[in-house]
Amino acid sequence: MEILQQLFFYLVALVSVISGFLVIRCKNPINSAISLVMTFFCLAMFYVMLHAPFMAAIQLMVYAGAIMVLIIFVIMLLNLGSEVVGRYRHAVTGAFIASGLMFFQILILIKKGDVSTVPGAINAEVVETVGHTELIGKALFTDFLLPFEIASILLLVAIVGAVVLAKRDV
Amino acid sequence: MPEMLSLSNDPILFVTVMLAKILAVFIVVILIVAYATYAERKIIGRMQTRLGPTMTGPLGLLQPIADGLKLFFKEDIIPAQASKFAFVLAPMMILVPAFITIAVVPFGGNVVVGGYTVPLQIADLNVGILYILAMAGLGVYGIVLAGWASNNKYSLLGGVRSAAQMISYELAAGLSIISVFMLSETLSLRGIVEAQAGGITDWYIFSQPLAFCLFVITSLAEVNRTPFDLPEAETELVSGFCTEYSSMKYALFFMAEYANMVVISAVTATLFLGGPAGPFPGAINLLLKIFFFMFVFIWIRATFPRVKYNQLMYMGWKIFLPLALLNIVITGAVVVF
Repeated sequence: MEILQQLFFYLVALVSVISGFLVIRCKNPINSAISLVMTFFCLAMFYVMLHAPFMAAIQLMVYAGAIMVLIIFVIMLLNLGSEVVGRYRHAVTGAFIASGLMFFQILILIKKGDVSTVPGAINAEVVETVGHTELIGKALFTDFLLPFEIASILLLVAIVGAVVLAKRDV
Repeated sequence: MPEMLSLSNDPILFVTVMLAKILAVFIVVILIVAYATYAERKIIGRMQTRLGPTMTGPLGLLQPIADGLKLFFKEDIIPAQASKFAFVLAPMMILVPAFITIAVVPFGGNVVVGGYTVPLQIADLNVGILYILAMAGLGVYGIVLAGWASNNKYSLLGGVRSAAQMISYELAAGLSIISVFMLSETLSLRGIVEAQAGGITDWYIFSQPLAFCLFVITSLAEVNRTPFDLPEAETELVSGFCTEYSSMKYALFFMAEYANMVVISAVTATLFLGGPAGPFPGAINLLLKIFFFMFVFIWIRATFPRVKYNQLMYMGWKIFLPLALLNIVITGAVVVF
């Protein structure tokens, strides 16, 4: 079973890395967006493998189901050509160097850290018995109530802002 | 009750039973999809005082098979200006989410196979309802991609309309389900069926009539059926997002539409009508409920004209969404006090 799980992980990881690469390499913005959806799908699979089904479903619903549809909607309406790409060559090189440096930094930090060996209060058995949704709900409404409420006020402000912007001329 | 069959206690039996369940569900859905086209033509024919198909086989019963064969042997045309990869990918991206959603719908209680308990459901997910909503969200990409990849004005308009429509109605559909799992206190579809097991009065259609109506209407809009079939409005957009499609690819769009109808019928039956509960053995009850909803959808198509686009948006954002929120507030108050 362990070997099967590992093989599956490597398969999904391969697909997610390839589609992540395609997001930045595709000439056409719609193809990039579709690759990004594929990356989100692979991320959702990682959540499932990490015993976090609620996160997986929310990841698909919010990112793949809502945000990416809006992005594709905008791209389709703007009808962007592929000629925009050529102008940003130097920026691509800069970003490549920066992300390479960041990658090594993260590798070193992971090697130095000791988080991976410390078991937390919530593990696979607890998720199996209590349920992932229940655990997240309880945590959100007890320990993390203040951040949760702040986030909701932030969203409310964003909604009010959108309405004000849209209604300015009326 | 004996031990639950799983991959750890009898791998070979588990895989066999799993494959058998998947195959059975798949064949049943394919058969319903094929004969839903026949039923639709027959029922709408009768409602318009026509006969519908009569020539192929007795009562025209072989019509779906003849249609399938015809489409299979048609020439497959990909427009020269189309974006080929997305054009080929789109029909698959709409069909696959439609079919895999049915995996979480329970079609019976538990049976005992080879000394182990086997639940009559392909996968009992802890987050079943969210899985259905997530797959419904992925289904929109097929239509949007098809509309964009065809490189045709009508297709593009169909795709854009579909994206806007799906986003608007997904919210109301999701919010109307929330009141159901406020009562059941679980997201698993099996859990929801068990919560309604105490007889016909326990069905959520009686305690949540508003949520039931909202869910049926919004899911009708999500699968692009009349009166919400604006993405393929044939009087204004030729046939919308699938204008450029031919042969089996066109058939895939058709199959996806009917598969989506089967899925929302099954989900509605599970959420509001007790799923496989009823007087007959489990799966037959569920099938009868599915057939009932399919008939209602066909009936609606024969009765109502298409809504206008501004009406569609107005209904989605200003009527259904506030009603769904109101329903959540009322349900919350009832649950707490």
